[in-house]
Amino acid sequence: MKLDVVYFAWVRERIGVPRETVETQAATVNDLVAELRAREDRYDLAFSDVSAVRVALDQSLSDFDASLAGVREVAFFPPMTGG
Amino acid sequence: MVVRVQLEDFNLGRELENLRAGRTDIGALVSFTGLVRDDTGDLTALELEHYPGMTEAALTEIETEAQRRWSLNDSLIIHRYGPLKPGELIMMVAAAAPHRRAAFEAADYLMDFLKSRAPFWKKEHGVDGAKWVDAKEDDEAALKRW
Repeated sequence: MKLDVVYFAWVRERIGVPRETVETQAATVNDLVAELRAREDRYDLAFSDVSAVRVALDQSLSDFDASLAGVREVAFFPPMTGG
Repeated sequence: MVVRVQLEDFNLGRELENLRAGRTDIGALVSFTGLVRDDTGDLTALELEHYPGMTEAALTEIETEAQRRWSLNDSLIIHRYGPLKPGELIMMVAAAAPHRRAAFEAADYLMDFLKSRAPFWKKEHGVDGAKWVDAKEDDEAALKRW
């Protein structure tokens, strides 16, 4: 399946692009992260401490155990600092 | 109920006036404003990044929940993005209610959830370079109050 993957803040800076389309068979967010980390060092660096990364599926906060079934957009970013 | 995510500045007084204009049912209007603070004198800009689409959805959800929990006449969230200078307005929330307790509590609730659940990220640009602002554990813990 094809997923739109978007990155924000320092996750975006480490990976080097704000958005990309990923062809994957990953069943969960954890699987997707493992696939990305195996690809290139920049992904491995960005996801070296996933406790510092949050995930949203189709623009709704989720978690790393969540299924990707039916999901179109996955976003990775640090804990939010608005206000 | 208003949610605005914008690059441009806003006028605090005018926003509060607009919220109450033409109404006679509001007894209490509470607002909070966040400003760009420079602790050391070294801050040249505060850059705010956000997640277009999710930001508006998250803020709307937070405001809807506040309206469900308290009896509010109206509420407002404005949050800016882009590069901001020290002293500039970052954001505001306001809650209008018949009585003050609901207005105070709802404004407090809006801020707590906005801090940790709306997808904004701050980066400080200073004379010695740039640094992403870390989230505070206190902010996440504050959600448990509700």
